[in-house]
Amino acid sequence: MTNTQIENPKILLETHHHPPTTWKTYFTFSTDHKVIGIQYIVTSFIFFLIGGILAMIIRGELITPEADLVDRTVYNAMFTMHGTIMLFLWTFPVLVGLANYLVPLMIGARDMAFPRLNAVAFWMVPVFGIILMASFFLPGGPAQAGWWSYPPVSLQNPTGNLINGQFLWLIAVAISGVSSIMGGVNFVTTIVKMRAPGMTFFRMPAYVWAVFSAQIIQLFGLPALTAGAVMLLLDLSIGTAFFDPAKGGNAVLFQHFFWFYSHPAVYVIILPVFGIFSEIFPVYSRKPLFGYKVVAVSSLLIAGVSGFVWVHHMFASGTPAWMRIVFMVSTMFVSVPTGIKVFAWVATIWGGKLRLTTPMLFALGGLIMFVFAGITGIMLSSVPIDIHVNNTYFVVGHFHYVLYGTVTMGMFAAFYHWFPKMTGRMYYEGLGKLHFWLSFIGTNLNFLPMHPLGLQGMLRRVSSYDPEYAFWNVIASIGGFLLGMSTLPFILNMIGSWVQGEKAPDNPWRAIGLEWLVASPPPVENFEEIPVVISEPYGYGKSEPLTANLEKQELARDLN
Amino acid sequence: MKIQNILILIGCAIALTAASLWMGEQAYSWFPPQAAAESKLIDELFSFLVTLGTFIFLGVTGTVIYSIIFHRAGKYDTSDGPPIEGNVTLEVVWTTIPILLVLWIATYSYNIYAEMAIQGPMEAMHIHKMASAHAATMEEKGTFSITASNSIPVEKIEVLAKQWAWVFRYPNQNVTSTELHLPANRRVSLALQSADVLHGFYIPAFRLKQDIIPKQTIDFEFTPIRPGKYRLRDSQFSGTYFAAMQADVVVESTADYDQWLKLAATHKPVPANNQAANEYTQKIKGAFTTGYPTVIPAPPPLVNFSS
Ligand code: HEM
Ligand SMILES: [Cu+2]
Ligand SMILES: [Cu+2]
Repeated sequence: MTNTQIENPKILLETHHHPPTTWKTYFTFSTDHKVIGIQYIVTSFIFFLIGGILAMIIRGELITPEADLVDRTVYNAMFTMHGTIMLFLWTFPVLVGLANYLVPLMIGARDMAFPRLNAVAFWMVPVFGIILMASFFLPGGPAQAGWWSYPPVSLQNPTGNLINGQFLWLIAVAISGVSSIMGGVNFVTTIVKMRAPGMTFFRMPAYVWAVFSAQIIQLFGLPALTAGAVMLLLDLSIGTAFFDPAKGGNAVLFQHFFWFYSHPAVYVIILPVFGIFSEIFPVYSRKPLFGYKVVAVSSLLIAGVSGFVWVHHMFASGTPAWMRIVFMVSTMFVSVPTGIKVFAWVATIWGGKLRLTTPMLFALGGLIMFVFAGITGIMLSSVPIDIHVNNTYFVVGHFHYVLYGTVTMGMFAAFYHWFPKMTGRMYYEGLGKLHFWLSFIGTNLNFLPMHPLGLQGMLRRVSSYDPEYAFWNVIASIGGFLLGMSTLPFILNMIGSWVQGEKAPDNPWRAIGLEWLVASPPPVENFEEIPVVISEPYGYGKSEPLTANLEKQELARDLN
Repeated sequence: MKIQNILILIGCAIALTAASLWMGEQAYSWFPPQAAAESKLIDELFSFLVTLGTFIFLGVTGTVIYSIIFHRAGKYDTSDGPPIEGNVTLEVVWTTIPILLVLWIATYSYNIYAEMAIQGPMEAMHIHKMASAHAATMEEKGTFSITASNSIPVEKIEVLAKQWAWVFRYPNQNVTSTELHLPANRRVSLALQSADVLHGFYIPAFRLKQDIIPKQTIDFEFTPIRPGKYRLRDSQFSGTYFAAMQADVVVESTADYDQWLKLAATHKPVPANNQAANEYTQKIKGAFTTGYPTVIPAPPPLVNFSS
């Protein structure tokens, strides 16, 4: 593609009326939000696999009590990089990728508000990914201070080199922050400004509401994390003393910077997944989303409350009692809007006409594991309980139920559900179901045993442990390896189906939503004629049209 | 609603409640022994949360599983379900219930936290007030009661954490040790300090944890109640040999405790055995070792007593 074509959508529309026809398109600087979406998704999936391999090494080390598989230094690098990769290079980018693909289609726009900014934001991901990976080749190896990088441990630099693992880590996180801020600006502008005529806020799909709320969090939270990372970088490299107690700095201050963003970040990750659930349950239950407006608004509420909970990660720091109590209560209140959503999904499913396709299975499995994670989450927010289980495997179990059980399962649900739209092909249902069962069983085997381990006092981040913890660790490791294997049928399915799957119709699930009104895969500019929306989403069982100009749209497409 | 349905619902609610109460009882067995007065409080709170949580979990997943089994579309059934979009009463009810639950859990947690009063002298006034209020429940269980005489902490024991060793110092006797000895049934008070990075003071059997922050002294109070030997672990990741940063905690009768102090005071300080230092010096270069440089462990502490 040359530049003039990018500048002038008209030309592009006439000459390239078709979606990308070769895989080479995905390696170019494209400004098509759909290409960028898939670029994000594929890139982050590769990092998911790398993070997964590191997880296997962690679980391999922990299958016996002694530190006998890798050096202690290597173990520390493994969990640091595993956590960092899984968060900054898997969950964030993959969710942004999906949103990139879907949001313009769902709101009836031709592209994102700032297509080139969008492309730049994406290309920063492989750049900081490579910077982070490069640290494996440094003499001192990658960062070893955990994905929190709390000083003073993160400021200790036994190699004495300026360019060390922690240095690259901080640069990568800062670039990631800048990239996500760009994304946030773009999404918020797109959703506010680019909606099709008739697409009022209360006609937007719940997924768009969720993305909107999540991206607002990025805008207020990320500057804090990015600033914290830059300050730590200065401490590490040129000897400033923001956080170094030896020089009069304040180590706990970093924790405030870090968690002020990194707790809300949990909602940046989980809100879009709630959105995915809200799209999938109605289609496969063939009922409208129960309490749609409440579900939509509760996303914004969650985003709002999320700004006032960060200290719950610091209950065991030098935090005074009054602060512990205030943040305990605010944290618990997040469960109210969240509970509303869960009940709404259950009511949507209740009395429906359920179809247990692969996406529906993943969404149901994800919902069940999320309920579990929510309950342990409330326990963690209770200060006395947190004092006991903080930094133990109880926490590791809890957040993997969130990050694997809910977010990653939700992503798989989304991949299968929108796969026909993205590729124009159907996936293999049998392989999909195999993938579901392996991951559902694997997740529970892997992460459930972590709860008793934590209650008994096994700490996170330990490379060896007392023999009394051996039993549950063996089970967890078996679950971990099963989970690692569960991705194989998925990869096979996606590649195989994309290459030679059955051709997909425009709307294989008989779903309601603007994205299902266009061809599969959608043409470059999405809509021949911008749709005029005339009803609320999720009109299952109501047989009312979604747009006023559907026939004209279809006609235009047939003419091509 | 038909009478029959109401009966079924009531039946379900009873079954759910029974299952939840049973789980709540089980919860006690998931913990290490209760070796501090605080651990009883925390276990009670946890059991309560497990009971509530089980009820909610079974309620929600039960409904979902029921739907999965009984509300499936037939193979050729392409019809839609009933287009029910919402129900104001239901939505108000399920917003109110979580709010009330949250207030209940928060109040309960707050009370437990206040009773624990672990954060040192700033809450000293609190201890007396809360202790008298709590004595009754403790006695009901026939175990231990905090009274005015034993709620006043014994001398302040200094705890020094460094990469990667624990050193305990009893200033009155000038005894240093790598094993923490504590008198049973007496309020003890610690002064936590770190020589280098963040560490965490954590004894699972006590259910107590507190970060230790460089350049700060943090006061920490609690009451061990069960004689025995327990593990102290570092709960805040502190670098390469973090996992090896453990120590023994011995809870014993006041008489034994005093005797131990006297005896230890007569010992000459010698370097203690230290796992991190050992591993560092004995590092073997095998096939899979990378030899990444590490912070050099502090030399083994000089103590009167080591385990
Ligand atoms: C096969 C799947 C996985 C396994 C076996 C696994 C295993 C583990 C283990 C054992 C730890 C603890 C490390 C330690 O504290 O010493 C850990 C930490 C972590 N994992 Fe995973 N994990 C998996 C998937 C994921 C996924 C999908 C995500 C995110 C989406 C994730 C995010 C994290 C994070 C953020 C940490 C914290 C790292 C730290 O403590 O610094 N994990 N994982
Ligand atoms: Cu949080
Ligand atoms: Cu330590």
